[in-house]
Amino acid sequence: MSRLLRDVKDSGAVAFMALLIFAPFLGLQLGDSESGNLTLSTRPALLAAAVGLTFAARFLFLLWEAHRPPRIPALSLGLAKSGKYAAPALLVFAIVMPFLPGIKNASIDLGVLIMTYVMLGWGLNIVVGLAGLLDLGYVAFYAVGAYSFGLLSTNFGLGFWECLPLAGILAACWGVFLGFPVLRLRGDYLAIVTLAFGEIIRLVITNWVSLTGGPNGITDIPHPTLFGLKFSMAGGPGSFAGFFGITPSPSQRITYLYYIILVLALLTNWVTLRLRRQPLGRAWEALREDETACRSLGINVRNTKLTAFAIGAMFGGFAGCFFATRQAFISPDSFTFMESATVLAIVVLGGAGSQFGVVLAACVMIGVPELLQSLQIYRMLIFGAALVVIMIVRPRGFISTRRPTVALGKAKPISADLIAQGQG
Amino acid sequence: MTILTVAGLTMRFGGLTAVNNVSFTAQQGEITAIIGPNGAGKTTLFNCITGFYKPSSGSITVALGSKNLRLDKLPGHAIARKGRVARTFQNIRLFSGMSVLENLLVAQHNRLQASTGFGVLGILGLGGYRAAERRAIELATHWLAQTGLLERADDPAGALPYGAQRRLEIARAMCTEPLLLCLDEPAAGLNPRESAELNELLLGIRAAGTSLLLIEHDMGVVMKISDHIVVLDHGKKIADGTPADIRSDTAVIAAYLGEGDEDDPDAPLAEATP
Repeated sequence: MSRLLRDVKDSGAVAFMALLIFAPFLGLQLGDSESGNLTLSTRPALLAAAVGLTFAARFLFLLWEAHRPPRIPALSLGLAKSGKYAAPALLVFAIVMPFLPGIKNASIDLGVLIMTYVMLGWGLNIVVGLAGLLDLGYVAFYAVGAYSFGLLSTNFGLGFWECLPLAGILAACWGVFLGFPVLRLRGDYLAIVTLAFGEIIRLVITNWVSLTGGPNGITDIPHPTLFGLKFSMAGGPGSFAGFFGITPSPSQRITYLYYIILVLALLTNWVTLRLRRQPLGRAWEALREDETACRSLGINVRNTKLTAFAIGAMFGGFAGCFFATRQAFISPDSFTFMESATVLAIVVLGGAGSQFGVVLAACVMIGVPELLQSLQIYRMLIFGAALVVIMIVRPRGFISTRRPTVALGKAKPISADLIAQGQG
Repeated sequence: MTILTVAGLTMRFGGLTAVNNVSFTAQQGEITAIIGPNGAGKTTLFNCITGFYKPSSGSITVALGSKNLRLDKLPGHAIARKGRVARTFQNIRLFSGMSVLENLLVAQHNRLQASTGFGVLGILGLGGYRAAERRAIELATHWLAQTGLLERADDPAGALPYGAQRRLEIARAMCTEPLLLCLDEPAAGLNPRESAELNELLLGIRAAGTSLLLIEHDMGVVMKISDHIVVLDHGKKIADGTPADIRSDTAVIAAYLGEGDEDDPDAPLAEATP
């Protein structure tokens, strides 16, 4: 009984707070009178409904809290184990997807978009998930990759395949260049400086009009070719359709782009998975766990952080290069802080350090808003609420357990509460 | 033969002199203990030797065979690799989200990393990495057996009980194959049985050829296993000698009993006074 009373009191307090917040927003309405003056009317019914709803929601939540079954760690283990079967299944689906019956160009295009974010997520996962360095300016490397290709192709006539490695190398160089002064900082300070770096790159691109075209961006970036064959709509000799004697169609180019990003993303994943089992990857994770202990064991902390930054940046550069060739047009608007935040959200939502988690999170973060298009204005509201709920239910992301990279007997998954999140 | 020579070491933090002109030597194949009341500067001295602080003046020299190396001139991370000096921490610092075995492999990072050809050959699965990793796991297994942690090799380090975490930290330091192992209060928080096991472990490490330098409050451990004791008080060395010498040294007794300043919480005989 006393419990019920306490719950009612608690709900009452929450409802009172709701009243304070909603009173000006919902309770009052400005309008025009016929004479053109402003009038103030009240909407007590709406206000009462909102406050009542808050009360009811809080009360039900408290009831549920009291009676819910104890939390099962098996759930998170189950999700982690599901990766063993779900990941290959997802891979097979990703490979055959463009040829499934009923798949439209728009779906393949959405696949390309999701895959780009999966790749960015995997790249950032090296920095944030493994090395524990909070990087809020990852989009800078994406921009460097995109502009490297854009400028090299428009100024020197280089194609996608020549520029892809160059874009990666240039982005990695910028990673090292940024990393040198910055990596002595930790945690919040590192986050702020990387955030600033992301903005600096965007502002330089915007203002260096003579080189980058400023806000107008770079147009006419070439599409990728397949061993020199172009995907042009005109067909004819030298084109993909002409060479194979088929009718040109836009779906050929989209499908080709799809497979390029699939291969690039899988390359990122493969390198990360290999590195995790290498001394370098273990040193990254050790850095995330305890930097001081690393130093006492003779690990060069600065260089190890730099490699994480550079390799993460390199994959960001590859993704940027792909983005440029897919859009054929790039401008500074594509490289705002919002992009960094989205990619970071994918990594955090997936469970920092988990490769499969990143895939799930990218599907949720990019796929769901697209699928909810029909809900129009409520789309972002539902999406935001869903993210809040996910982070309450799974505070360390979809897959929060970690598998050891080596074992004498049978590897046992390590639960999230033992894993450090890194101090930067 | 001397393995470690500390000469005129001074460490100042602003106006505070934590270590004041301390000189001593540690002999190879011996256990040297540094004792002293709380705040005597023991851990500061340790941090200077293991490169976490750069001393304000003085020198720290380690003898590697016939060659001498100035530790105070090396960057922090090179002390374990070039100076062959490893350490543990007063408040245990393990990689708690990694398995016990992984902890020991991270300790062998430099050797393993060299075998991967800057990571490139390792990614492609070429080079001698596999063999190097097998050797690393053998060494790790050896120290797991020595510290009685073999059955827990695949458990997360953070899930081990306290005493086992202490032993794991020693095993991890030993995996860097040091010539000098520095232990910061290894017996802190251990029960008498664990403390006795620790003594065995430390004597075993000494027998295997690694010299030890330890800070310890537990006089049972210090008097039983040390070959040589250095006593610090208020940043200065007040005594230096064998356990028997130290036991009868008037300056040491004064420092511990707090002659002149009454309530020193650290005085071992304080419990005896009513």
